[in-house]
This record gives sequence, C-alpha cells and structure tokens, in this order.
Amino acid sequence: MTQFNALMGGLFILTAFGIVGLRQIIGSLRLFVVQSVLLAGSAFIIGLVHGSIHLFVVAGIVLIVKAFFIPWLLYRVLSHELHARREIAQALDVPTSLLLAAGLTIIAYFIVNPLLNVVSDPFIRINLPVGMAGVLLGAYAIAVRREALPQLLGILTMENGAFFAGVSIAPDLPLLAELAAAFDVLVIALVVGLLTRRIQKQVGTTLVGEMARLKEE
Amino acid sequence: MELLVILLLPVFAAGLSIIPTKNWRFAAGATILGTAALFALSLRTAMGLDVSGQEKSLFLNHWLSCDGLSALILLLVSFVGFTASLFSWGYIAQAVSQGRTDRVRRYYRRFNLFLLSMLAVPLLSQVAMVWIAVELTTLLSVFLVGFENTPESLEAAWKYVVLTCMGAALALTGVLILYWGLSISGGGEFTWSWLRTAAPNIPPVFLTTAFLLFLVGFGAKAGLVPLHTWLPDAHSQAPSPVCALLSGVETTTALYVLLRFLPMFSGFPENPVPTWFLVFGLISVGVAAFLLIQVKDYKRLFAFSTIEHMGIILVAAGLGSGAGYLGAMYLITAHALTKSFCFFVAGATLLVTKTREISSVRGLIRLSPLAGSSLMIGGLAIAGAPPFAVFLGEFSIIRAGLAQGQYWVIGALTFFIGIAFCGILYQVNQMVFGKEPNPGTQPALPASCVATLILAAVPVVVLGLFVPEPLQGLLRLAALSLGR
Repeated sequence: MTQFNALMGGLFILTAFGIVGLRQIIGSLRLFVVQSVLLAGSAFIIGLVHGSIHLFVVAGIVLIVKAFFIPWLLYRVLSHELHARREIAQALDVPTSLLLAAGLTIIAYFIVNPLLNVVSDPFIRINLPVGMAGVLLGAYAIAVRREALPQLLGILTMENGAFFAGVSIAPDLPLLAELAAAFDVLVIALVVGLLTRRIQKQVGTTLVGEMARLKEE
Repeated sequence: MELLVILLLPVFAAGLSIIPTKNWRFAAGATILGTAALFALSLRTAMGLDVSGQEKSLFLNHWLSCDGLSALILLLVSFVGFTASLFSWGYIAQAVSQGRTDRVRRYYRRFNLFLLSMLAVPLLSQVAMVWIAVELTTLLSVFLVGFENTPESLEAAWKYVVLTCMGAALALTGVLILYWGLSISGGGEFTWSWLRTAAPNIPPVFLTTAFLLFLVGFGAKAGLVPLHTWLPDAHSQAPSPVCALLSGVETTTALYVLLRFLPMFSGFPENPVPTWFLVFGLISVGVAAFLLIQVKDYKRLFAFSTIEHMGIILVAAGLGSGAGYLGAMYLITAHALTKSFCFFVAGATLLVTKTREISSVRGLIRLSPLAGSSLMIGGLAIAGAPPFAVFLGEFSIIRAGLAQGQYWVIGALTFFIGIAFCGILYQVNQMVFGKEPNPGTQPALPASCVATLILAAVPVVVLGLFVPEPLQGLLRLAALSLGR
C-alpha cells in the first residue's frame, strides 16, 4: 500500500511539472484532471489503510468536483480558448523553467523537513513533501505563465498540493470543511473563468501577463 | 442568535436585490435598510459583551462566537458597510447609464454578498471555515472590482484574484498543518479559543510553520509588501463605495486572522511572531511611503496609504504588551473610519472632476466647496495630522514602542510615517488649493453622497478629540483578547 501511495506521489509531482512546462492549454487541463484523480487515489489508499470512510468521501468529492465539474465548467465557459492551437506564452523558456521547478521541489522538501522529524507515519513522509512541492510548483506556474487559463491551473494545482498533504496529515478534518473547500475551488474556477471570458471580450486577448496599464510612471 | 441574524441580513438583502423591479431604488433602498439594521445589531452585540472579556458563544457552540476583537471588527465592517451603501445610492446611479437597472441590481447583490463574507470572518470560530470566508471575500468582490468593465478595471480584477487566491492556497496549507499539530497534541475542537488553550501542547515547529504560511498567504491579502502589487490597482479601479470597503475593512479582516496567532504563542519562551510582525510591518511601511510620493492617481495615493497603515498596525502588534495591542486596536478603528471617508471623498471628487489624475485636479475648493474641504479633512486625517483619530493611534503606538526601548524600530517607523505624511499632504494640498486652469461648470453632488460625506466625517473628527467610554471599553477588550 505504501508503495502504491508513493507511486501516486511520484506521478503527482510529474503532473505538477507538466502544469509548469506543457505547451498547450488543452493538454494542461487534461493533466490537471489526471492530477486530481491521483489526489483522489491517494485519499482512497490512505482511507483503506486507516479504515476511514471519511477519506473515501473526500476521494469522491475530489473526483466529482475536480475531475468532472471544473473541466466541464471550463469547457462551457471557454471552449474556444481551450482549443487554441498556439503555444502558451511563458516568461522563461521551458528548459530553464523546468530546472527552476526542480529546484523548488528540493526546497519544498527542506521546508517540511523539521515537521517530518516529529512523525514516523510512512504516508505523511510521502504526501507532505509532495504536497508542498505541488503548492510551490503551482505558485511558480502562476508566476511564469503569461496566459489566463494556465494561471488558473496554477492556482488549482496549489490547492491540489495542499490537499495532497492534507489527506495524510489531517485525515479527520470535519467533512463540512472539506465540502466547503470543494465548493470554494469550484467558485474559484467559475469566477476566474468568467473573468477570463470578459477580459477576452473587452481587451481582446487572454495574455494577462501583457496587461500593464496600471503602474506608477 | 444575534450572530446568526447578522449573517442572515445581507443574504436577505441580496435576495431582495435579485427581484427584477423596474426601479433601481428598490435594491438600493433594501441594501441601505439592511446595512442600517446590521449596524444596529452589531452595536448591540458589541455593547452586550461581558466586561471580563470572556468569549461569548451566543449560538451554535463552536461555530459562531464573538469576543472583543471579533466585536470590534464586526462593528467596523457594519459601519463602513452602512456608509458605503448610502454612498452607493447616488454614486452608482451616476456611474451606470440610464435604464440599466439590471446592472444596478447586480451591483447590490454582489455588494451584499461581499459584506456577508466580511462579516463571517470575525464571527466564525472554526479556523477552516474562517479560511473559506477570507477566500470568499476575494471571490465575491472580484466582479465588484471589475464592475466598470474597462480594460484597466479588468486588469485590476485579474491581478487581485490571482495573487490573493495564490496567497489563500498557501494559507490553506497552514490551516492543515495547524490541524495536524492540534491532533498530535490530543485533538479537540478546531477553534481559535481551543487552539489558544491547546497551544502549549503543540510542538512549536508546527505552530511556527503554520504561522509563516498564514503570514505570507493572508499577508498578500492584507497588502503586505512584497505581495502588495495588486492592492493599488484593485483599490483604485473599483467603484468608490467598494474601494471604501476594500481598503477600509477588507484588508483588516485578513490582518485579523494574523492577529489571532498572537495569543497562541503567548506561553512560549522563544516567540517568533513579534519579530516577523516587526520586520514585515516595517518593510511594508517603508516601501509604501516611498511609492506613495510618486503616484499620479489620487485613488492610488489612498491605496498606498492603506499598505502603510497595515504595516503600522503590524508593527504595533509586534511591539506587544498591553499598550502596543491597544495602539494597534485604536489604529485599526481609526484606519477603517478614516480610509473609508477618504474613498468617499475620492468618489465625490471623481463625480465633480471626472478624472482620477492628481495633476488634472486643481482648485477643488473653488470647484466644489464641499468636496474640496472634505478632501482636505480626509488628507489631513489619513496622513496622521493632529487632532484626528489616526494621529492618536500612531502617537500611542510610538509611545508604546519608546516605553519598551525599541528605539531603532520606532525611529524607522517615525521616519517613514513622516515621509508618507509629506507625500500625502503635498498632493492633497495641490489638488485642493492649486490654481485651476479653467473654472468650468460645477456638477452638483447627489444628495446621498453629501449625506455620507457628512456622516462619515463625524467619527473621523470626533474620535481624535475624545473616545467615548463604551468604545474605549471595547478597544480594551479587543486588546485583551490578543494577550497581556
């Protein structure tokens, strides 16, 4: 079981790297779906070991909201944008970007190391560093991507990372909080999606990195 | 029970704003009445607090509760909500073209929901729910920031939502680590009050890591440097009544969550919180003071002053001791009242002059005596000139710092405050008294805007001269809930 979970963790980091470096929007979105399935998988495995029905419910919520509702919603709101054939505009080129992302993964491990010294749970030792890496890689994707949807996927990756750590360190978080958090993620996707559509309509581009009218001259 | 009613009132008003009436005044009136009732109820809750400072769980134990600090924030949010809804009556009617009642209704629906999320932050006691409430304050106000639908306002809305959601995701990790620490130490309710009791049993490294994630995450929301870049954009592009809410109280609700960490660390020999507060606070004050000198847009001027004030409050909280906490509480109050007044003035100036550029506004006192004199009062008050409320707050903080022998901190703080003071007054002075190029016709201000300006000016002026006894008691209670 621990090995299965480690596999989930490894694949999770890979998807986060993909969110940072993939060249096409539709591919990034598919990767996000895979990432959410991995999160649900990890929750399921830990639930199985701890014998906790609670985590099964969490896995179910993640699957419904992140692997189904959010992609569906983005298809509804921004289908044209999703199928754009162009490359995603980036502030750095992809190899440099991936190198920096690798550095961030190592930093994530150092951040959580003092916490890991306190516990010996094998799941936490995998999930916490991986989750923290997901959070940092998501933040990095927001910084380096210059387009609207890839930045949204960065935010969602951060949340996924937080919950990847969360299913191991806080398996008995009140269900109401989990439900509210899932709802919250859905609202983020909806709000940012609608805002992107409006920006596209009013400004004529979704290159949000290029918007720089507001500054001190 | 009162607390639940407080949360239900904005929902009710938002529901009324959805009703498709021909006349926009229905939604506006419902909102004004709703916020007035809200303010009355909050006042009652705050005055009904126990003198001993005991936490009062009025309803739904472990979910809603109200101690001194919550009551203070609650009171400020509901007061600014009331004045902002009053100002909206005249402002939105002018900002939205005739016949677009659907847009006006949409504005009021969002306004009420935004208000709801801000009221929920101090009232909820479950930490996980507080996180969601803070996140919702962003999500429910994004379209208020982008309300004018110009490329600039959409850009501001985008930066706002992306940076604050990024911060919130970091804070979420903090929430989970805090919960983990609590369950290691034996579990219990995941509320602020229980965390304070259980903190000595939680390994310090958990508390510190969680605190740092919160500080960076919600610091972005409160406008602390270096994640402040969205703030001047969002706070300058939103419609003025919304700016009053954003700048006056929304930043404070994010800061409130950070302040809740103070009592948790009170029993620790090596307390990391004050140092971090002092460092982040001083950097924010300094950067804001120097950026403030070079602004070209008067709404951005006030936005940078918000960053400066958030920094000062954080420094005051970092100084610790009863006097420092009391100063922080006093400045939170003074900031919320004065900054919302400043943004009402900015809105009135915008209505009169139709421009946001400082260099195009000259001789406002002759163009519109009311807007001009209000701008002068607002500028003096927010810069921290005596005898206004902000001055008293800053003065008590400086005195608290000197009493503790923190000479370097206080020296730097006074220097930055001085720079910001000169920066604000130089610009405001030119706008009010400068030589106007062409004395054009003067459009009259809507009556509701005039009424708001007068109403909002009262506490700004009065609180600098004397603080009424009940408010003083509430401030002391709020300071006590941070620690001694």
